[in-house]
Amino acid sequence: MKRIPLHQIWYFVFVLSGAVFVFIARSTFNEYILSIINFVGIYIILAVSLNITNGFTGLFSLGHPGFMAIGGYMTSVLTFPVAKKAMFLELPGWLSHLALPFLPALLIGGVCASLTAFVIGVPVLRLRGHYLAVATLGFLIIVQVLITNWESVTRGPLGMNGLPALTHLWWVYAWVVITLYVSWKIKFSSYGRSMLAIREDPLAAQCVGTRLFRTRVVSLALGAFFAGIAGGLWAHLVTAITPASFSLVLAFHIVVMVVVGGSGSISGAFVAAVLFSTITELFRPLEESLDAYGIGEILMALILILILIYRPTGIFGTREPGFLTAKST
Amino acid sequence: MLKIDDIHVYRGRTHVLKGVSLHVQQGEIVSLIGGNGAGKTTILRTISGLLRPSRGKIFLKTSKTSGETDISRVPAETITGLGVTHCPEGRGIFSQLSVKENLMIGAYLRKDKEGIADDYARVCALFPILGSRSRQTGGSLSGGEQEMLAVGRALMSRPELLTLDEPSLGLGPIIVDNLFSVLAEINRQGVTLLLVEQNAIKALKLSHRTYVLETGRMALSGLSAALIDNEKVKKAYLGGT
Repeated sequence: MKRIPLHQIWYFVFVLSGAVFVFIARSTFNEYILSIINFVGIYIILAVSLNITNGFTGLFSLGHPGFMAIGGYMTSVLTFPVAKKAMFLELPGWLSHLALPFLPALLIGGVCASLTAFVIGVPVLRLRGHYLAVATLGFLIIVQVLITNWESVTRGPLGMNGLPALTHLWWVYAWVVITLYVSWKIKFSSYGRSMLAIREDPLAAQCVGTRLFRTRVVSLALGAFFAGIAGGLWAHLVTAITPASFSLVLAFHIVVMVVVGGSGSISGAFVAAVLFSTITELFRPLEESLDAYGIGEILMALILILILIYRPTGIFGTREPGFLTAKST
Repeated sequence: MLKIDDIHVYRGRTHVLKGVSLHVQQGEIVSLIGGNGAGKTTILRTISGLLRPSRGKIFLKTSKTSGETDISRVPAETITGLGVTHCPEGRGIFSQLSVKENLMIGAYLRKDKEGIADDYARVCALFPILGSRSRQTGGSLSGGEQEMLAVGRALMSRPELLTLDEPSLGLGPIIVDNLFSVLAEINRQGVTLLLVEQNAIKALKLSHRTYVLETGRMALSGLSAALIDNEKVKKAYLGGT
């Protein structure tokens, strides 16, 4: 009989204990705590998916909330009940009579974000480093302006509220597992290695036969898909969606998670996402009671500065903890 | 195997190669020497598809091409697939990846798992240090070990023609001797080499034939053994008087 490798047993333990946690959490915690756990999960999806774009292939993208907004709005429009659609939105005929279940709506949202990434990736990914960061920032602003002004579909700056509260912890958990699984599979495949190689030295990567431009576009689109899904989950968790939710501040938060965790490390993105979103959420009631807003942000910035000074490659560097990886030699 | 016919290459607005021709026969070691800015690196990068010539043609004939094929307009990843691998100047090690991952990425275009495992064993036999450090990150290796890793990575694509850009750059004399004897061994195993070097004596001693490049044009060419005694070469590149 073939023995199951140790690291695979760990995967199983993690997935199972996560499921047990979700089960217990749903039956014991109140709505408020549950919503915090949901947000933590959504941040994990965002950080781990940005890690594909930013960590693996080294594309410094600030456009993640833009993709999230596209996915979020797309999903919201699709799940919005037909009666409300007639009242609030002016949609084209076929769309105004359509209300999809959550899963297909989420998937369509993710695919739309991904397609957008292909379209903007082709011109934008010819840029590098700071120029790419500025261009993706421009993309984020374009998305925000479009959403704000396309009132017939998005209700403009008011946003859409009264969305069905479809997101619960099982949905978020399932997508966290899928995001982790997909990026793990990629990282330890030949394709993932080529992404890391492109990040490290594009010229040498080209010499061994990787397709530079195509790999870059694919990694942007992959990250965008999960950002779109996260956007849909987010919208149906807070049951409202406004253009202001997808701001540069959010982009900054996700980038910080990837950098602190270690560019390219999935475990790092995971840990940093849990750490930072918990800090921000836990400090919110404290901030309110002390009437001193921003303590969470200050603490977050402080951690970032300390990490950059004492551990510039992030908590994990590019690597994963040894017990989770296959022993290849 | 390789025939370059009167290529002109611009980098930005600078006319770097002004009509260069050369050829490499199967099984040969050919070296390319010349001063700084002569265009040596540009020639190798043009062959490997990283740069495009504005004029001229490059013909390649390997077991993977159908007869003699013009590769002057073919993208880099396709050229690697045709059996020409470029080992870039400054090594281009993927410093965050392990030594083994660095080597495995050299086989990125290959699907034959057994062949890859054979070649991994072969590279580890040529450079034992790489095998013993397979789990270390590429960036933690010394300069000489990184050069070995770069050559080993290039071999993992099982090239028929290997082009090397300044393999001796920044290495101590003993390590260079060691490296060059391995290059000779790689050649004996059937890989054709095209070598760009600033260490002209080493290059002339290792290679069968040598081209001397001067500011974008071929100044001299011939058998290395003959060029080593050539007065002009002695004066310009070998520090002779």
